[in-house]
Amino acid sequence: MSVTSERPKNQNIIGLTTADYKGLPSTLCSGCGHDAITSQIVKAFFEMGVQPYQVVKMSGIGCSSKSTAYFMNASHGFNGVHGRMPAVATGAVLANRNLICIGVSGDGDTVSIGIGQFCHLLRRNVPMIYVIENNGVYGLTKGQFSATADRGSRLKTGVVNDLPPIDCCALAIEMGCSYVARSFAGDPKQVVALLQGAISHRGTALLDVISPCVTFNNHEGSTKSYKWAKEHEELLHEIDFIPYFEQVETVDYGEGEIKDIPMNDGSHLTLRKVDRDYDPMNKNGAIRLLQESRDAGQFLTGLIYVNPVSENFVDVLNVIEEPLCLLPQNQVRPGPEALKQVMRELM
Amino acid sequence: MSTIQVEPQAEPVPDSPQRQVVNDFSIQVATVNGSGSQSSNNVLMRAIFQMGVPVSGKNLFPSNIAGLPTWFTIRASKKGYVGRKREIDVLIALNPETAKDDVEALEPGRVVLYEEKLNLSKLRNDLTFYPVPFSKLAAEIAEDAKMRKLVANMVYVGSAAELFGIEMPEVEIAIGKWFKSKKKAVDLNVRAAQLGAKYVRENLLKKDPYRIERMDETRGKIIIDGNSACALGSLFAGVTVVAWYPITPASSLCESLIEYMRRYRIDRQTGKATFAIVQAEDELAALGIAIGAGWAGARAMTSTSGPGISLMAEFTGLAYFTEIPCVIYDVQRVGPSTGLPTRTAQGDILSLYYLSHGDTRHLVLFPANMQECFDLSIRAFDLAERFQQPVFVATDLDLGMNTWMSDEFRYPDLPIDRGKVLSAEDLERIGEFARYRDVDGDGITYRTLPGTRHPLAPYFTRGSGHNEAAKYSEKPGDYLQLVERLARKYETARLWVPEPEIRYSTEGARIGVVAYGSTDAAIEECQDQLRTEHAIDTNYFRPRALPFTAHVQKFVDRCDRVYVVEQNRDGQLADIIKLDVSCPQKIRKVLHCTGIPIDARFITDQILAQEKGA
Repeated sequence: MSVTSERPKNQNIIGLTTADYKGLPSTLCSGCGHDAITSQIVKAFFEMGVQPYQVVKMSGIGCSSKSTAYFMNASHGFNGVHGRMPAVATGAVLANRNLICIGVSGDGDTVSIGIGQFCHLLRRNVPMIYVIENNGVYGLTKGQFSATADRGSRLKTGVVNDLPPIDCCALAIEMGCSYVARSFAGDPKQVVALLQGAISHRGTALLDVISPCVTFNNHEGSTKSYKWAKEHEELLHEIDFIPYFEQVETVDYGEGEIKDIPMNDGSHLTLRKVDRDYDPMNKNGAIRLLQESRDAGQFLTGLIYVNPVSENFVDVLNVIEEPLCLLPQNQVRPGPEALKQVMRELM
Repeated sequence: MSTIQVEPQAEPVPDSPQRQVVNDFSIQVATVNGSGSQSSNNVLMRAIFQMGVPVSGKNLFPSNIAGLPTWFTIRASKKGYVGRKREIDVLIALNPETAKDDVEALEPGRVVLYEEKLNLSKLRNDLTFYPVPFSKLAAEIAEDAKMRKLVANMVYVGSAAELFGIEMPEVEIAIGKWFKSKKKAVDLNVRAAQLGAKYVRENLLKKDPYRIERMDETRGKIIIDGNSACALGSLFAGVTVVAWYPITPASSLCESLIEYMRRYRIDRQTGKATFAIVQAEDELAALGIAIGAGWAGARAMTSTSGPGISLMAEFTGLAYFTEIPCVIYDVQRVGPSTGLPTRTAQGDILSLYYLSHGDTRHLVLFPANMQECFDLSIRAFDLAERFQQPVFVATDLDLGMNTWMSDEFRYPDLPIDRGKVLSAEDLERIGEFARYRDVDGDGITYRTLPGTRHPLAPYFTRGSGHNEAAKYSEKPGDYLQLVERLARKYETARLWVPEPEIRYSTEGARIGVVAYGSTDAAIEECQDQLRTEHAIDTNYFRPRALPFTAHVQKFVDRCDRVYVVEQNRDGQLADIIKLDVSCPQKIRKVLHCTGIPIDARFITDQILAQEKGA
């Protein structure tokens, strides 16, 4: 455990400052929920002391996908095609298993055009952080409904959405995702704790963050507005994140008050009870919770499901420890005797 | 005109039973899909091969797992012709559904070896018929019905061997090779073959001219299919990330690659894989995974066929515009749409060349034989990394799934070329980096890999407009500079892609023939036919890649007329040649698009017909 008191307050454990995690200035609308999330991404990586050069930022197309340019200039980024970020991220992680991969996507990118790839990413448990900046509309094309818009919600133009929403978290759990959380861009404390938990996780960590679109979906009648979210947000629990390099103080809490989730890298998530007893490691309970809260019209946030010891895709494929992309020729091109052997068999 | 249909001219019919036709005929086995005839057909072909006689095998099969008709054609050719022979000389008829049609399609003087029950001999009086009770004989050694059906196949192998002089010990060796260590299966099949041979010996009198005689033309040769050859090429190219989606006729490429990788690419010390292979959810994801891996520095590939290529269009454009290496195999089948999934074509050429929206042009390689499936696979990976763009390897069902004779593959003599990648040390030394700056003037810029520990290394890859520094840009000047550099890179590629094969006639011929890919297999035979039967001498040009090298203009300059022979409806490569040369009026098209592999006689007839009007 490092001794935290010795380092200057503005430096993290690897001696970097917040500035080292900054990106380009945002070109999104002022007040956009996405920018709030961007700030928390910067904070989470800074506080975790992640080396920016080890991070890759992946995205598809849309307002949310632009935001990977607005954090961590010191990392490689890849802004690909609409709805197909999961495939590109999968390839990158397989090529270099040492990379820490964060993907930022939107609701259209994820569960409209990209729902197929999204599902398969989850089912493979590709080690990466996947943030959905969920606002229920297509911003870049000026405000059409996406597949997460609630039934009955209304566009500024008066158009009412009459199809049911896709619940990204329920879908993720069903697909085998090993870290599923829902949050709200207006709740920075929770967002950053969930992001840090996600950084500590070894499989796919999904954060479905309601991130209001101030231009096209922040009005009366929207169920993805700041106002609506603030009024309806219900915390599943209060979340604290204790990174692996900080001492965990043993404090006695009352029975059932605190749930401690040990993460794979030695970090801990502590969940303090708010209203209900909730165990995020119980998958069936998580599915039931999501169904019940949907029926009740609640907006529940927090860590909905986690399995900290799941086997990720790189493990399943039994990939060698060294990054595949760096293997030298003698490890990837078999020698002449191998070819001779194959030829003999074909004669 | 290219579409003129000429009266088909059959090969001369053997004029008398005394005349011998040695090592120059084709055998077609007509069976039912899923009946297990694959093993017997292979044994028959291998036995001929082991006798030193050049062979090739083509499987004409339906898009079906079991129950529909399938034909396997074995061609023995002392001259080493490996293209399809249009005429069937020996029909082995086992399928009641097609037997009548198959018999009626034969040229006079040909031979039918058939299941006695089918009662075919009354159909025609100008053929030689050999009835053999295959299933009855099989019943003698196999009790259950399923086994009997399988064994009956090996009975016809024995009968055919006896009739055409294929030596039984070679048949037995071939059976041993096919069934490997399964001793019971080997014994049973050997007995079946012997039974078939015995029946012929005791009951039939040979009346036809076809014979196999020992030669020494297959020593040191291998028999392989193109998909396996491409898989081997990928293995020795050092591929590390593979993503694919099953599709006929490409599936067996990645399937055999998986087998080879498991065998040769598991790290001895750790037991871990030096590769990752993903069966993706669709072709979009397959290419996306390959692109992500290529971006991160892996040697990455995918393989597919036409429908998959259509799905990969968007991602291909991304890789072109962002300059990411990856290798894409297209084992072509008949399109458009689902088309004829189990039939061969060269119909994706224009698609591959221009795949995706906006101005794009890609590198496409055309292996024409097994050695090239191997060699050009390795070249494809080197070119992809050198040029940082997708490289297509265009084969087809005929090359990919049929069995071909080949020289042993040569071990690559050049080291792997990883292209212009800057390490942290390089960056430290140079002191600056702009991802898309054309430092060397060849259009190829330098890249860094994610994970490189240097403050200059990171850049942002985007499919949207970008400037030299990889920053977002919509400025007209930035865009123009980018696409013009990509065009310049393409010009550089002309100097790097595999050179064409060119054979000029020593007689100063003024007629040129152009072919590529599997069509090449029929060309030498066609040129021989034109020369010996019609005193027409031809030059031959076989491009092995797009873009063309400078050779194509020189070739066209030396000819008055150039016949571009290909297996599609519109003459796709011919049209690309027309764009590339200064005298497009010289280009003529010879087009074959039936789904059946092209044959020499067809090309000869087409060229003759067009020459008449010339």
